[in-house]
Amino acid sequence: MSKEVMKDLREKLKGKIIDIVQPRKKRIYIRVEPKKAPEVIEYLFFKYKCKFCTATGMDIREGIEIIYHLAREDKNMVINVKTLVPYPNLEIKSIGKKIPAFRWVEREINEMLGVTFIGHPDMRRLLLADSFPKGKYPLRKDFKHSDVNDEDYDYERSGL
Amino acid sequence: MKQTIIPLGPYHPLLEEPEYFKLYVEGERVVDLDVEIGYNHRGIEKLSEGKTWDQVPYLVERICGICSTSHPMAYCLAVEDLVGCDIPKRAQLIRVVVCELERLHSHLLWVGLAGHFIGYNTVWMWAWKYRETILEICEKLTGNRNHYAMFKPGGVRRDFNKEQIEYALERIVEVEKPTRMLTDAILDDPVIHKRLKGIGVLKKKDAILYSALGPTARGSGVPWDVRNDEPLDGFKDLKWKVIVQKDGDVFSKGVVRLLECFESVSLIKQALLSLPEGGAIDADIREIPAGEGCGRYEAPRGEVFHYVRSDGSNMPYRHKVRAPTFNNLPTFKASCKGETIADVALITASIDPCYCCTERVAVVDKNNNEKILREKDLLKLSVDKTRNIMKKLGKAPPLYNMEI
Repeated sequence: MSKEVMKDLREKLKGKIIDIVQPRKKRIYIRVEPKKAPEVIEYLFFKYKCKFCTATGMDIREGIEIIYHLAREDKNMVINVKTLVPYPNLEIKSIGKKIPAFRWVEREINEMLGVTFIGHPDMRRLLLADSFPKGKYPLRKDFKHSDVNDEDYDYERSGL
Repeated sequence: MKQTIIPLGPYHPLLEEPEYFKLYVEGERVVDLDVEIGYNHRGIEKLSEGKTWDQVPYLVERICGICSTSHPMAYCLAVEDLVGCDIPKRAQLIRVVVCELERLHSHLLWVGLAGHFIGYNTVWMWAWKYRETILEICEKLTGNRNHYAMFKPGGVRRDFNKEQIEYALERIVEVEKPTRMLTDAILDDPVIHKRLKGIGVLKKKDAILYSALGPTARGSGVPWDVRNDEPLDGFKDLKWKVIVQKDGDVFSKGVVRLLECFESVSLIKQALLSLPEGGAIDADIREIPAGEGCGRYEAPRGEVFHYVRSDGSNMPYRHKVRAPTFNNLPTFKASCKGETIADVALITASIDPCYCCTERVAVVDKNNNEKILREKDLLKLSVDKTRNIMKKLGKAPPLYNMEI
């Protein structure tokens, strides 16, 4: 069954992806350019009937790597779509615009790692406090706890 | 009509998860809603980057007190996916037993709270009484009522002995019968039918679009259950079925949870009886190579997803955690629209988040006149609606006078 899925995806996504590998029986990793990512994911979600699991943002020095985790439940597969958004222009097209399931996780990646999702309908903070200083991204590797002091907090924004 | 904003939440002194709902209402009807979370953000993902691979299970166990096995389970599966090792059969079956016990006690907790919300305090008391038996079994098997610390990458940390297995098999029967009685009582009650059917409908289309998980999805006819979709080797020999209901309302979600309790009881019995004699309980993972892995497991509320990336050191380079409520909460935008305020508390309860949302409700209109509805006022609204249905059906209200 897993070979079928690989063959199918290779054919359907031809020209849109950089490469596709299957390190283990139930896991597929696809690498795509950031520009092509929304197109590939919308295809997987709407046409290929994948379920949205979550997305991971990760600081890997050259840029922020975003991994969209999707799952095709009837075929027993987790399909991971990886894309690298290079520094210093951290911008990528939003998927949450069309698929509401992606909205929250895009907000999370935005505040934690500083990636801007173009076209996102609601880009407020999700998890961090409203008073947390702007321009500091806690999940980046160069972030230190001492980077944020009490004076940096903007309490007026949170209304306290 | 004038639109009013009703804030629900965010704090409740008794329950652990604060979240804030902003309801836009016209008269009694909710026309839109906005959810804010993040009041309790603890930075677990960042903390996890500074812990060794063996320390992380204890950390992720503390993400949620009720799902305290599902998170370590998903994490261990992710690490095992990264390493690519096989887990001994005995360890797998022990994992199944602990996870199903957790599902049972979580579902019974929900049934009790849902009963409390619609004014059926007997259901609340009974469900929690039977839940106590499960917690005692947990204590006997794992040494603790809630945080079990049973799992580690590669297997489990403690074995069951003969005495423990016999005790569990004996006590689990005690749960089955009263749970059956409770389920029949709930499913046959015309008042509960009237009160819960057709409330907060989440359509199948919306469940897929928001990628709802667990009983929330299965109540809407989406048969997603990770235990079935990506079974552990230990699950393959056990006989059970995925419970799916079509209607998508609060009643369906409750039915899914109640019927799942019996599947869990049956799974626990089967797993305990088929435990192989002796044998290893640990695959003994010594080194974590560079690489990445995904692990997912069906928690009581839906799929828990963990992703780990290793750079070959003794700590994760990145560890991503996604709890099921993260996907289930946004579905309110689809299921709460058009409902009354008395039902919103029930609908929010139907996905089984924590109940902090109902502590404080202030009705604010444009002239800045403020009226505060506290938890008990909200509860009263919900209970009154049940009483009205009882009156219409010609049923006598309960004899006891409920103190709210």
